[in-house]
Amino acid sequence: MIEIDHITKTYGDINAVDAVSMVIETGTITVVVGTSGSGKTTLLRMINRLVEPTSGEVRINGEPTHAVAPYLLRRRIGYAIQGHGLFPHQTVARNIASVPRLLDWPTDKINARVDELLSLFGMDPAEFRDRYPQELSGGQQQRVGVARALASRPDLLLMDEPFGALDPIIRARAQDDLKEIQRKLGSTIVLVTHDMDEAIRLGDRVGVMDGGKLVQYAPPEDIVERPASGFVANMVGDAERPMRLLSLIPVGDLTEDGAAEGAMLPDTASLRDALSACLWTGRDAVPVERDGAQIGRVTLAAIRHRVGQHA
Amino acid sequence: MILRLALLGLLLGLVLRPHAFVWMFEPFAPDRSTAIYDRASLLSLSLNHLALVAAASLAATIVAVALAIFVTRPAGAPFRPLSRTITNIGQSFPPVAVLALAVPALGFGARPTLVALFLYGLLPIFENALTALSTLPPRTMEAARGMGLNRWQRLAQVELPLAAPVILAGIRVSVMIALGTATIGSTVAARTLGEPIIAGLLTNNTAFVLQGGLIVGLFAVLIYDAFVQIENRLLDRRRKPVARKVA
Repeated sequence: MIEIDHITKTYGDINAVDAVSMVIETGTITVVVGTSGSGKTTLLRMINRLVEPTSGEVRINGEPTHAVAPYLLRRRIGYAIQGHGLFPHQTVARNIASVPRLLDWPTDKINARVDELLSLFGMDPAEFRDRYPQELSGGQQQRVGVARALASRPDLLLMDEPFGALDPIIRARAQDDLKEIQRKLGSTIVLVTHDMDEAIRLGDRVGVMDGGKLVQYAPPEDIVERPASGFVANMVGDAERPMRLLSLIPVGDLTEDGAAEGAMLPDTASLRDALSACLWTGRDAVPVERDGAQIGRVTLAAIRHRVGQHA
Repeated sequence: MILRLALLGLLLGLVLRPHAFVWMFEPFAPDRSTAIYDRASLLSLSLNHLALVAAASLAATIVAVALAIFVTRPAGAPFRPLSRTITNIGQSFPPVAVLALAVPALGFGARPTLVALFLYGLLPIFENALTALSTLPPRTMEAARGMGLNRWQRLAQVELPLAAPVILAGIRVSVMIALGTATIGSTVAARTLGEPIIAGLLTNNTAFVLQGGLIVGLFAVLIYDAFVQIENRLLDRRRKPVARKVA
């Protein structure tokens, strides 16, 4: 568990981060979203003390971060940034091995870990181990950047706009991959972004920052359905809200008995997919399946009713 | 490659078997017996010349790189303008003047030459090292810090390796300057390849001048080439664009 306790950073007269408190549960993804200058990156960088807080403290599993030397603290916290920041003079394997090497892991353990991570990220170790970062595509570089941040099995992974430099299609894939890897490894991740879509897609909880303050910290459904302020509502985007909400709810939640025609959707698909299927085929309901067998249907009326509940 | 070998062969011939080249220098000499400089062995002059250049360049490299590292640390930043001024002054002094000033203090011979070459070699190395160390990719540096490398680890494992090709280019320029400037050392009795050149100028013997000049020139070309090769090797893999696609 990561506890951020009334943390403040002051530059001159301005509070870049103003008394922010939040609790991050182990094994979850927390996304901090905000416009540029909202203090979200400063907040992130105070967790691994790349920026020293003016006041307040951060505790990781109860232990205050200021009790350890910054460079030792950082070896326990993974850090992935936009544009990956890989070392251009080192091979992929050496890049990934950076932190384990600092921690003096034995060589065979390091090598095994590098291969394990490359495989996990869908990159054949034999093919990529000895390549240099410049020889990879943007998406591959980004994956190596995240693999490097995860290499030493850190308590916590900090990500600063990790997908910012990727094109939309690769970005969507990278987000899915991250979510899947996070579930597999049970990592705790704090990710900073300016993209509300990304926040809703990835976050178990989403924190919205504005002018250095944390204006709302809640599960993504709440952010969409019950924005705490006009600013949050604006970030969510009024016109996008129904669709964003639907994209968060699995069809399994609204499945009812009954028959429907057309292609079946898995019960893990979102209501947004169901709505889209209804609109596209002109039908009032879509059949829902689990493990290949139809378990019921989702109707347009049920979707409409669910969206109407927010008030 | 063939050209390189040919130049190397020519150089070795000129240094080791100078008398085989009588035909080449004869037209420029007053008479056949004085076509080849034989008051001292060209081999020993060459080795001495190279040793002087190597010693001066090595010292200049150590001092210049150390200075550049110092002024790119937060603690050394205030000294940056001052250090630039000092190295610039070193460069703007004519080498002959440095020699003239150094002789009373250090006597005749190799020592004043070393001082002149050292001062002369500082600037290009310092300027390149400073540029290289202060224009490192910020994302890479941020990642290095964020991963928990301490200052020394960042310097040794990230900053210096990344800056190496540019620093090496500075050393190359500095060595080239030193190779040529070392010939002037012979005016204060340092044993360098300037000896035949000065002897030739004094006795109006163009053959001697050509001989000394040609050997220095060939050394310069070959050493330059060797530096470029090393620099390219360092940059080779880093530069490679996204070539192979993943299947």
